[in-house]
Amino acid sequence: MTAQLERKAAAPGSGRESAGLPGPHAASPRRDKRKEGLAWLGLLPFFLFVFAFMILPAASIFTGSFQDAEGHFTFRNIVNLFKPNILGSYLITVKVSATTAALGGVLGFLIAYAISLGGLPKPLRSFMSTFSGVASNFAGVPLAFAFIATLGRMGLLTVFIKTVFGFDLYDKGFSLYGFWGLSLTYTYFQIPLMILIILPALDGMRKEWREASENLGASTIQYWMRVGIPVLLPSLLAAFILLFGNAFGAYATAYALTGGIIDLVPILIGAQIRGNVLHDANLGYALALGMVVIMTASIVLYTWLQKISSKWVKA
Amino acid sequence: MKKRAGLSWLWFAIGIIYFFLPLVATFLFSLRGKKGVLSFVAYQHVFADPLFLKSFGFSLEMAILTVLVGLALIVPTAIWAHLKVPKARAVIEFFALLPFVIPPIILAFGLIRSYSSGPFSLVTSPVLLVAGYVIIAFPYIYRSVDAGLRAMDLRGLTEAAQSLGASWGTLLFRVVLPNLRTALLSAVFLTLAIVIGELTLAVLLAWPAFGPYMALMGRNLAYEPAALAILSFAMTWGAIALIQLLTRSGKDKEKGANLGAGAH
Repeated sequence: MTAQLERKAAAPGSGRESAGLPGPHAASPRRDKRKEGLAWLGLLPFFLFVFAFMILPAASIFTGSFQDAEGHFTFRNIVNLFKPNILGSYLITVKVSATTAALGGVLGFLIAYAISLGGLPKPLRSFMSTFSGVASNFAGVPLAFAFIATLGRMGLLTVFIKTVFGFDLYDKGFSLYGFWGLSLTYTYFQIPLMILIILPALDGMRKEWREASENLGASTIQYWMRVGIPVLLPSLLAAFILLFGNAFGAYATAYALTGGIIDLVPILIGAQIRGNVLHDANLGYALALGMVVIMTASIVLYTWLQKISSKWVKA
Repeated sequence: MKKRAGLSWLWFAIGIIYFFLPLVATFLFSLRGKKGVLSFVAYQHVFADPLFLKSFGFSLEMAILTVLVGLALIVPTAIWAHLKVPKARAVIEFFALLPFVIPPIILAFGLIRSYSSGPFSLVTSPVLLVAGYVIIAFPYIYRSVDAGLRAMDLRGLTEAAQSLGASWGTLLFRVVLPNLRTALLSAVFLTLAIVIGELTLAVLLAWPAFGPYMALMGRNLAYEPAALAILSFAMTWGAIALIQLLTRSGKDKEKGANLGAGAH
């Protein structure tokens, strides 16, 4: 209520001001600062909630990583992260994440290009972007089921390829529960995510650039090598990083799909929470900390690249 | 640029195949519940299972609680930040990035470690589950509301309402919230879609929710999981299509920006 009164008093034409006299409520800088300080208090419930249910849990993982079972300070958990089985788990997770980010990134980019600059009819664009909204959220257990029904041992596509082409995928070493099966499944939510992320950047590519380079005699390839790709590069890298992190943190899809055949880091952490499989709870915290570090590095890089790309592309 | 549309059709077709082949295959697979004929018997089994309704009901309940708590916490915060502490918006944006750094699997681990003993033992209470869901949904709700607030002239509306003698309550419920309708509905549907199928927190905090139920079905049955997949795809589609419809009819520029990256 006081804020309202003050604003009324300070309104131009309220008499005193126009006469050059300071009103009783004319805000001095110090007063403004105190008011703003008080205004921050209005955000207190939100900050308390975030602190209690996000910051505190994250911090407890951090402290747990540097403690032994008795609660004494130690670096041993961090050192143990470099044991072959744990390191292997990180490597396979990085491999799955990078592969699906690359696959989803390239396909998503090409599709986004097709529906934005590629000259396809307009309705296809709105259909594809709506569908991308759905498909990027269609993940986890149902997605795993869909791929089991498609590419599982009895899956329709598996059986179809076998009966029509006489080619048994599973005899040739493919398994939905292996690296490529998992990667193909993840790619299902990576492609639409890429489409959603990169569309604004593609929309920001100005026609004049293309026209200018064509007028100067550039070929399509030259245009892309010298103009298109350099301008889009920060956006593309940022999108790749986001997809990478998206796959790295994924738990539900892997949980429903592999049943623990591939020891992805999230699966290992999940197993540790459900029962003490590492025989060392604190190693579990260190495992989680390693993941947070990788995710933090990704998001920092992402934010930085976004800043660069916003210079070029007015989305 | 028209001349290059040929290749565009190819990329578009590849996309359509990648997206729809698994869906079509899953649908056909789900019809094979009875030997030799196509039937909806798998769907009948799903709906006849009392655990289906029970776990779905539980998840729906948690989702509604998440929406209520999330909106009550985040909407006033976003409005207050816009009006009174614009500087705080950068801080809130930063917090909205954090759930990416702390994915559900880490969040679950931390919540269990922080609240399984001591004075705040919440691990057996649904409070902890809902709190975790609010954290997961917070970036979606916040971005939706923030976009809605940026699309309207909040300061102008506030000053106009107040100079006409409106109280804060009147301002909030008769001026600001009606203008945020589209943004709020988007946030609600997206939160519902994310929470109802959520697996990670539910499984690790040991709740009989819909996600863990589906996973269990997948371990024991063949055709019913396919039916469940089709049903949840239809549900996600319904939620997202509704959001797109809403944001398109409302004139929000921010459509789609808020979608993507749910709880994988």
